[in-house]
This record gives sequence, structure tokens and C-alpha cells, in this order.
Amino acid sequence: MAWFLYVLIGLASGVISGMGIGGGAILIPALSIFCGMEQQAAQNTNLMYFIPTAAVALISHVKQGNIEKRSLPPVIILGLAGAAAGAFAAVRMDGSLLKKCFGYFLLAMSAYEIFRREKKGGTQNRKNEGMRNA
Amino acid sequence: MGKKFISSIVGLVAGAANGLFGSGGGTILVPALEKCLGVETHKAHATALAVVLPLTLVSVFFYLGKGQTPWGTILWVSSGGVLGGFIGSRLLNKITAPWLHKIFGIFMAAAAIKMIF
Repeated sequence: MAWFLYVLIGLASGVISGMGIGGGAILIPALSIFCGMEQQAAQNTNLMYFIPTAAVALISHVKQGNIEKRSLPPVIILGLAGAAAGAFAAVRMDGSLLKKCFGYFLLAMSAYEIFRREKKGGTQNRKNEGMRNA
Repeated sequence: MGKKFISSIVGLVAGAANGLFGSGGGTILVPALEKCLGVETHKAHATALAVVLPLTLVSVFFYLGKGQTPWGTILWVSSGGVLGGFIGSRLLNKITAPWLHKIFGIFMAAAAIKMIF
């Protein structure tokens, strides 16, 4: 019945992603706490799951012209370096230490979700925000 | 400071977090794109996605190399995730509210504390 739990966890994090909260904030702790999965394996699962879902969402965003292309090149170039360095460190770290570090990162993200203020009015189109993201 | 410099720092931090923690790149990028780079709110999510996807491909390469890839779990979780994403995008268009973010924030904090101690 383990597969049922996995589908359920995927389902929950998929719904949360629709809110614009990263699905990983639910998926990784759930796999770690409820399934006893090692931290690196849980993080790997989130990354792998993100690729097809993000690719599908991205196609529709490109078609609708929602991508701000001017901002992309410098963000992506240094981003790739950071992504390589971060992952290089993660796979070499002790699993329980990484779990602890992830916990602090999650705590910071939770504070952001709890204390952030909703912008009211303005010219920005809030109803389009975050709903089509994986 | 030049916009290019700020963009580079934003990319570096988001990439490092996403690689190290296997998540969170988008959570950092969306507000950073809005506040530091002046990207419109409704474009920030899509733009963040366009950044995080290539970063994830690079990070995954390192995780796969280490051989810790639970393929079966990935398959089950992904099938649930695709369905959940579909449901979420329909449902939350109607009911997303600030208090929903706060409730999930509290869940996240509880999970975080459990993982730290």
C-alpha cells in the first residue's frame, strides 16, 4: 500500500503548487516524515517530478506570452552555476545534516507564507498570478 | 547597482537553494523578480518557471550521478502530482485566500521544526 501513500502525497503537493506555494514544501517533508525516506532521495524525487510538470506548464506560458524574456539571461547563467554547486554539495552531505538544514530553510519559507501581505488594488493583475504553475 | 548584477545575484541564490534543497528556487525567484527586477506580478510566476526548469535539469544530473533515485516512488508521486496540479488549478482559482497561505505556512513550520529536532 506504500504506492497509495505516494500518490496521495503527490496529489496534495500538486494542489498546493496551484496556490503558488512550491510543491516541494509539502512533498519533501511528507516523504521524509511519513515515509522515512532519506533526505537526498526525497529532494531528488521533487526535482524529477518538477521537470515534466514544469515543462507542460511552461509550454502554455510561452504561448500566452507570459515570460519576461529580457530578465532571463543573467538570472539563468549564474543560476546554472548555483544549481550545480548546490546539488554538488547536497549529494556529498550527511543525510541527517542536510535534513536539518532543509528544516531551517523550510522554516524561513513558512514565515514568508504566514507573514506576507497581500497587495491590494494597483494595476497588477492578481487573479492571473500563480494559478497555472506546477 | 546595475540590473544585470542584481539579476545575477538573484539567479545564483535561487540556483544554489534549488540545488541544495531540491526545491525553493521558485519561492525565492517570484518575489525577487517582482521586487528587484520589476517584473509584473502575473509574469513573475511564468518567468520563474522558465528559470527553474533549466536549473533543475542541471541539479538532477548530480543527484542521478549519486545513484539515489527511487524510480518507483517518483512515478507514483508524479502521477498524483499531475492530477493534483490539475485539480488545484481549477479549484484554487476560486478559493485562494490569504488565510489559506497562513494555514499552509503553519503546516510548513510544524514540519520544519520536526525535521530540525
